[in-house]
Amino acid sequence: MNIVVLVKQVPDTESPRKLKSDDGTLDRAAADGVINELDEYAIEEALRVKEAHDGEVTVLTMGPDKATDSIRKALAMGADKAVHLVDDGLAGSDALQTSYAIQQVLGRTGFDLVILGSESTDARTGLLAAMLAERLGVAQLSLANKIEIDGTSIKAQRQTDYGFDRVEATLPAVVSVVEKINEPRYPSFKGIMAAKKKPVETLGLADAGIEAARVGLAHAATEVVDFAEAPPREKGQIVTDEGDGGAKIAEFLAAKKFV
Amino acid sequence: MAEILVLVDHVDGEVKKVTLELLTLANRLGEAAAVWVGPGFEGARDRLGEYGAGKVYVADDPELTSYVVAPKAALLAKLVNDRSPAAVLVPATGEGKEIAGRLAVRTGSGVLTDVVDVTDGFVAEHSVFGGGVIAHARVRTGTPIIAVRPNSVTPEPAPATPAEEAVTVELADADRAAKVVEKVVQEKGERPDLTEAAIVVSGGRGVGGAENFSIIEGLADSLGGAVGASRAATDAGWYPHTFQVGQTGKTVSPQLYIAVGISGAIQHRAGMQTSKTIVAINKDPEAPIFELVDFGVVGDLFQVAPQLTEEIAKRR
Repeated sequence: MNIVVLVKQVPDTESPRKLKSDDGTLDRAAADGVINELDEYAIEEALRVKEAHDGEVTVLTMGPDKATDSIRKALAMGADKAVHLVDDGLAGSDALQTSYAIQQVLGRTGFDLVILGSESTDARTGLLAAMLAERLGVAQLSLANKIEIDGTSIKAQRQTDYGFDRVEATLPAVVSVVEKINEPRYPSFKGIMAAKKKPVETLGLADAGIEAARVGLAHAATEVVDFAEAPPREKGQIVTDEGDGGAKIAEFLAAKKFV
Repeated sequence: MAEILVLVDHVDGEVKKVTLELLTLANRLGEAAAVWVGPGFEGARDRLGEYGAGKVYVADDPELTSYVVAPKAALLAKLVNDRSPAAVLVPATGEGKEIAGRLAVRTGSGVLTDVVDVTDGFVAEHSVFGGGVIAHARVRTGTPIIAVRPNSVTPEPAPATPAEEAVTVELADADRAAKVVEKVVQEKGERPDLTEAAIVVSGGRGVGGAENFSIIEGLADSLGGAVGASRAATDAGWYPHTFQVGQTGKTVSPQLYIAVGISGAIQHRAGMQTSKTIVAINKDPEAPIFELVDFGVVGDLFQVAPQLTEEIAKRR
């Protein structure tokens, strides 16, 4: 089975995240880059599918040069090879453009299964799986907290606000995962050493057949008008419990008319 | 005035509050036209009218709810092409955003997600990085598709008699690629939905175990609120993942948020920072949650929380 797992490098949520003052895009240089957390669950699921059904796991990353660190980590976890789509022309692409660019690369790699995290911790749009399925014309099994593959049939539990849906499809499919799906493994020392020798193919726009006029900030379908740091919250009142802490909160809530 | 399409969020005919919020917002920007997909419209007509749906497109063909997301996007795309609405509003829920994504691809339109307000010219306000930055953005290609976060707009009654129009759409094979074979509605009891609740009480690592979550539930119930949990608590298996508030869980924006035994790591703050009023109980005076609070108590949650529940009961 040809499994492609999408891995995005995002700014570490523990480091301060900023937008660039000139164009309102994310300042990726200002913060440490890490694998988007939910993508680790996607990698783990891809590896489990491979272990159960054979095949090959390809990491597909779109992002600047420094995203190589994240690609190496995914390979160290056990993926077989990687494709890194990197081109200055991609900077500032919105979700619509990103889905187009990834579709083009998937046209080269082929796939039976595309697995990704259901959202990234930076933009948090949660759009990509649906957009890709739409563009590729294949099944969308998104927000999955469980998947089961038998031959070419795939079943998933799709997390919803009211509980979950049991959904079914025939491969190929795009699967997005939520964190309940598994517990990602840590790369072993052996895995880290092996990752250094695994092939990473680097593609630019032209290599991937991506039209430059359909990607990048200048052609995006959305634009940031302005932005500012949110005003800091006014400093609240903090008291130490002297046996009446609960009563004091109740007084506060009453003054605010919550009770 | 131009039509603004509002995708109705409902579970088996029960209209979610976010729909009323979207109708209110749509009527500020143009004329709200609700789009109903699925069975049960009869029972919901009055409620949609009460909140200003002057028009309702009703698509009750069961096929449209038999497959994952794609049919709803197909229907909306048809309406966008036939009616040229000024914008499409959907709830910024998991499914709502996916519908928006597919619709954007189909119509070649820009999509904005997790929007908290929309003003003239369809400029959308977002709260990003867990509330740390306020950004304004707009769509410059196609029909603005805007996913609005629940609890961002106060729903206002604006009685209207909806003009109904039955609509449907021919599905392509690709729209039928993922079939919904069973819909499992999990028992949520008497408590309001986490993302829609006006009051949320969450428990974290300090709660110390599954059995102690009854303290959180008791406090939530005394206020008619929903129960949430931090990642530490859900990862430890003390409370189901569905209730996780935070970066990788749900984003909530209630009128009142009470954090009990939660230190307030960025992971958690990203999911609750835009709450209007924040109260915390934590034994560690250095806990970062205290940077956010309107009122905080440094103390033992096992003393403070039950006392608070009792005091609230006395005042009722």
